[in-house]
Amino acid sequence: MDYLITEQQTMIRDLARKIADEKIKPVAAHYDETEEFAWPIMKILAESDLFGVYLPEQYGGLGGGILDMCLVTEELSRACGGIALGYAGTGLGTLPILLHGSEEQKKKYLPDIAAGKKLAAFCITEAEAGSDAGSIKTTARKEGDKYILNGTKQWITNAGEADIYTVIASTDKTKGVRGASAFIVEKGTKGMEFGKKEKKMGIRASATREVIFTDCEVPAENLISREGMGFIIAMKTFDCSRPGVAAQAVGIAQGALDHALEYARTRVQFDVPISSFQAIQHMLADMGTQVEAARALVYATARMVDSGAKSVAKESAMAKLFASDVAMKVTTDAVQIFGGYGYMRDYPVEKYMRDAKITQIYEGTSQIQRNVIAANMIKESIKK
Amino acid sequence: MNIIVCIKQVPNTTDVRIDPVTNTLIRDGVESVINPFDAYAIEEAVRLKERCGGKVTVLTMGPPQAENALREAISLGCDEAVLVSDRKFAGSDTWATSYTLAAAIRKIGDYDIILCGKQASDGDTAQVGPGISAHLDIPQVTYVKKIEEISAEKAAVERMTEEGYDVVETPLPCLLTVVKEINTPRMPSLKGLMRAKSAKPFKWTADDIEADPAALGLDGSPTRVIKIFTPVQRKGGEILKGDTGDISKELAELLKDMVI
Repeated sequence: MDYLITEQQTMIRDLARKIADEKIKPVAAHYDETEEFAWPIMKILAESDLFGVYLPEQYGGLGGGILDMCLVTEELSRACGGIALGYAGTGLGTLPILLHGSEEQKKKYLPDIAAGKKLAAFCITEAEAGSDAGSIKTTARKEGDKYILNGTKQWITNAGEADIYTVIASTDKTKGVRGASAFIVEKGTKGMEFGKKEKKMGIRASATREVIFTDCEVPAENLISREGMGFIIAMKTFDCSRPGVAAQAVGIAQGALDHALEYARTRVQFDVPISSFQAIQHMLADMGTQVEAARALVYATARMVDSGAKSVAKESAMAKLFASDVAMKVTTDAVQIFGGYGYMRDYPVEKYMRDAKITQIYEGTSQIQRNVIAANMIKESIKK
Repeated sequence: MNIIVCIKQVPNTTDVRIDPVTNTLIRDGVESVINPFDAYAIEEAVRLKERCGGKVTVLTMGPPQAENALREAISLGCDEAVLVSDRKFAGSDTWATSYTLAAAIRKIGDYDIILCGKQASDGDTAQVGPGISAHLDIPQVTYVKKIEEISAEKAAVERMTEEGYDVVETPLPCLLTVVKEINTPRMPSLKGLMRAKSAKPFKWTADDIEADPAALGLDGSPTRVIKIFTPVQRKGGEILKGDTGDISKELAELLKDMVI
């Protein structure tokens, strides 16, 4: 389907696809197996200017928006959802600075991110604060011209690899979610350490670790916006980042579908290619339709975000909910089309199925997305 | 440092088809790409620029659509592009082609080093690079796999041989042809692609490069291609077994029969 993207966006998509095909596909299985972080690929993405597609030109970016970021994430995910997350996770860590940072903060951090010299990470989740993000226990105590951070963040994407971390911590426990604040913490800051690398079901090329703060001193100028804005910043960040997760899901689904279609055309049973069976054809038809529908919703949502719409929470949640469910369904069906081969790790499709699962969980589970969608629907209907 | 890199547009296929009547390449319906060996020359030119400063000018001779190859070279880091294109160039062999490119290089003027791929994937002659250096009367080193040192006056390079490599020192300006071992070409960058889109390559005709008309195209080409064919593969030799004395006699008989 033609989504009438701009000439520049076409260029971005084509370059991301070329890198995915020529550089990522050949190494995807290796990084999945070894769980190494794919720095050589990050370097290629950096040199190709892809890290800057959604950042303003005055900070070294290319002046595009969330749709541009989605196009890159989708294409990279088509080859490997885990490697793509090094890119997308940087976007997530960057958005709080882009959306709510001061001019000084943007000038200081965005150019290195746009150039791919530094990766970023976003730290909100804790052991006892997952869906209930408001119950974070990490604290930030102000002392003179600095904040002292204490606490442990869990399952942080890009942890250890990234240089720039945006961290949500409580500056006033008595105020609950209204007492949360957002900080920029640079890797190497005294009192900041990384926990062991998690072993995951999928997206294994992505680094997931704890980030531990022990009397970690952060300059007061690294506070994003003002005290008490942390939760709002996190939610606004998710509104813009969820289309990115949805794009990752679309890419994973498309990648699995590409393999399934190719396999169905070449796998011979009962003396004919299995693509000649209606049972397979109908599966392929459903998969293709679902992927296209998900893509259409993701692009429409990304365009709405880029238009500067005031509230995109409902649409972003819808895009992530729908696309992640499609990814799970389509990758499962791709394994089914491959039959026994699909279950084997020598073949590429089981990885897509493992990678797809996380898209229904992180940056808000599918259940939380439904909460957001329903809450916004009800709110809108009251206003009418 | 002023670097010139010469490239050629070739059909994007390893299965090159030859017109049986004219003995020339069939280009219809085949997508054109930068000659794969030239991609290494472009990469090395851009790396030299990054190492020593200066600029990279990419040069090609070909039909108007060869401009696409020049734009691709710009997206990979080249700064300026020159297309020499004229109907008078039609039918050029490697001699006339290298004469024409040398004339264009003289017009570009100030240069320190010229880089070429070791050969083109369609013609496979490996003659144009050396031909340019002959026309310009500058030193050449072929099959370069590494530029060890380079200064304003001279370069030390590793020249690949079948057994290993030679280290060759040459004064500048010089011409190098490079092999694929020299580097791994980078991916284009988005900023490069955008620069390529708006770039305006210089377009020079035979008159612009002040070429001698008699030295151009078919008239300037001493080579006549009579026939192009794939040589018959040689069969494996015969191994004689048995007593040394017996097989020596047998071998002598065989050699006598073959009238060597």
